[in-house]
Amino acid sequence: MASTDETAPAVARKSVARRQFLFDTARMACGVGMLGLGLGLYAKQSKALPALALRPPGALPEADFLGACIRCGLCVRDCPYDTLSLARPETPVATGTPFFTARQIPCEMCEDIPCVKACPTGALDHGLTDINKARMGLAALIDHETCLNFLGLRCDVCYRVCPVIDKAITLEVLPNTRTGRHSMFLPTVHSEHCTGCGKCEQACVLEEAAIKVYPVALAKGALGRHYRLGWEEQKKAGGSLIDEKSMLDLPDRLPEGTRLPGHYDPGGGTTAAPGSVPAPVPSAPPGMVGPGGAVVPPAPPGMPGSVAGPVPSHPPGLGGGQ
Amino acid sequence: MSMAADKRVGADAVAAKGWLRANRWLLARRATQLAILGLFLLGPLAGLWIVKGNLAYSYTLGILPLTDPYVVLQSAMTGHLPEVLGAVGVVIVLAFYWLVGGRVYCSWVCPVNIVTDSAGWLRRRLGIKGSVHLARETRYWMLAMTLLGSALTGVVLWELINPVSMLHRGLIFGMGFAWTIVLAVFLFDLFVMSRGWCGRLCPVGAFYGLIGRFSPVRVSAPARAACNDCMDCFEVCPEPQVIRPALKGAASGTGPVILASACTNCGRCIDVCSKDVFRFGTRFNNALPVSEASGDPAAAPGKF
Repeated sequence: MASTDETAPAVARKSVARRQFLFDTARMACGVGMLGLGLGLYAKQSKALPALALRPPGALPEADFLGACIRCGLCVRDCPYDTLSLARPETPVATGTPFFTARQIPCEMCEDIPCVKACPTGALDHGLTDINKARMGLAALIDHETCLNFLGLRCDVCYRVCPVIDKAITLEVLPNTRTGRHSMFLPTVHSEHCTGCGKCEQACVLEEAAIKVYPVALAKGALGRHYRLGWEEQKKAGGSLIDEKSMLDLPDRLPEGTRLPGHYDPGGGTTAAPGSVPAPVPSAPPGMVGPGGAVVPPAPPGMPGSVAGPVPSHPPGLGGGQ
Repeated sequence: MSMAADKRVGADAVAAKGWLRANRWLLARRATQLAILGLFLLGPLAGLWIVKGNLAYSYTLGILPLTDPYVVLQSAMTGHLPEVLGAVGVVIVLAFYWLVGGRVYCSWVCPVNIVTDSAGWLRRRLGIKGSVHLARETRYWMLAMTLLGSALTGVVLWELINPVSMLHRGLIFGMGFAWTIVLAVFLFDLFVMSRGWCGRLCPVGAFYGLIGRFSPVRVSAPARAACNDCMDCFEVCPEPQVIRPALKGAASGTGPVILASACTNCGRCIDVCSKDVFRFGTRFNNALPVSEASGDPAAAPGKF
């Protein structure tokens, strides 16, 4: 009996101490856990990089970058053009991480890429040794309404300043249908070569740039994975992939008597002679008639169907291998 | 306790040793903090690039990389490892702080130390007494939370709001609104919790404390017999709980070396002691065999 008298309070004390320990632990876990939850949600928000904030060359994809970058600013220091800066707390970019805004100071694409060399963590991929392979973003001629070249002028500034001129940006010539007598030289970005340096955006003469550099994911579309380009497949296969003889041909629904030069008619298995003068049709559908009222002229050499043959391999509309 | 009219902490020491000797470790510390900051600022302000970067990673004279192991550890938790220079920097920093005491980072390098020391000083001068209670182990929970959180979010988590890196980066790369965070820490320490930030919450300090768990360089109280119980050392110490076992452990056979890893080796206790009880020494100068000392409750983690 004496022994139980002595041990009971001791057990009770031990139990109280254990309860206290458990409560303290729970309190600490809950308090710090709540802070962690808030911080975690903030971290999730911080992954939303604004569209116009670009990462330095060789930067890992944003989700990886925020784990790899330790915010030391060495890339900022070694950038000879003061392009890069570290995000401040009020900047809508994860605090302390490097970025640049193309419209202000674009990347000058140094051949030795000092920013990447300076990075101590691989947040900027040291495997990037050719600056032309950098993909900081992708330029997109975003506004066809204000771009001076789309208005028919020869501004060409974005094209001229492009460090990868004639590859990353080309001028595509199209007839100017407004004047009917001029050409339009449309700046066209090619994602295969564009590094996203932002020189075009910076140089755009408009008050608000018509060409802008966006993260590739924003600027680029993607074909359905099952899509195949018929003309590419034909080139690979060295010929048509289908039996053209058994192709179902629907009526062309042209006004009676209309003849389209060079037009292949699978039903008849014939092609209208390219040089043949089409019969004048008073009510030719729009697009078939030129501005002066003349019926569409014969297709120029090199266009599908222009080489008259009994059975051309590419009916119009299915691609001509050009 | 002294009967002097001036009850200010350290007044006895100033009277006994002179102002300079009663403040020499504090002066050395401030000089070191400002010199380090000055080296970082020499580049951006004067174009003299001796040191590039900030406390997360710096590169000195093109030969010496120094990396904050805590930031790299968070990054590693997200699955990213540093490049060679970054890794070399980690090794150098770990070795250095293991040697001189992990929390030497807190008291001799960290720019927030000046902020929280100022808050602590002002708190004493204004006689602000009340303080919210928060266990000192909270910082280890914070440390665990930041590491786990980094792994879960894939983001170097603490760097999103770390006042230490925000202040240091702000001074070197542009402050922006980082000053609001620094002010918040100052006001928190001043009004909400005495020594709250560095002593209870900051996971950076917790991490460096763990690095210095077995540091050879330690403050010791070899002349503890001369202690006149003025309590000035307890008043100025940012981690006063570390002093007791060393100073008052004679009866229980503890000390005289301050073995607790929470001690920041700031040396302020040496300054304010009018009896010269404390001095810098090594952990091996302990009266007890090291094995016995490390089994002591004073040295066990979770007790500070």
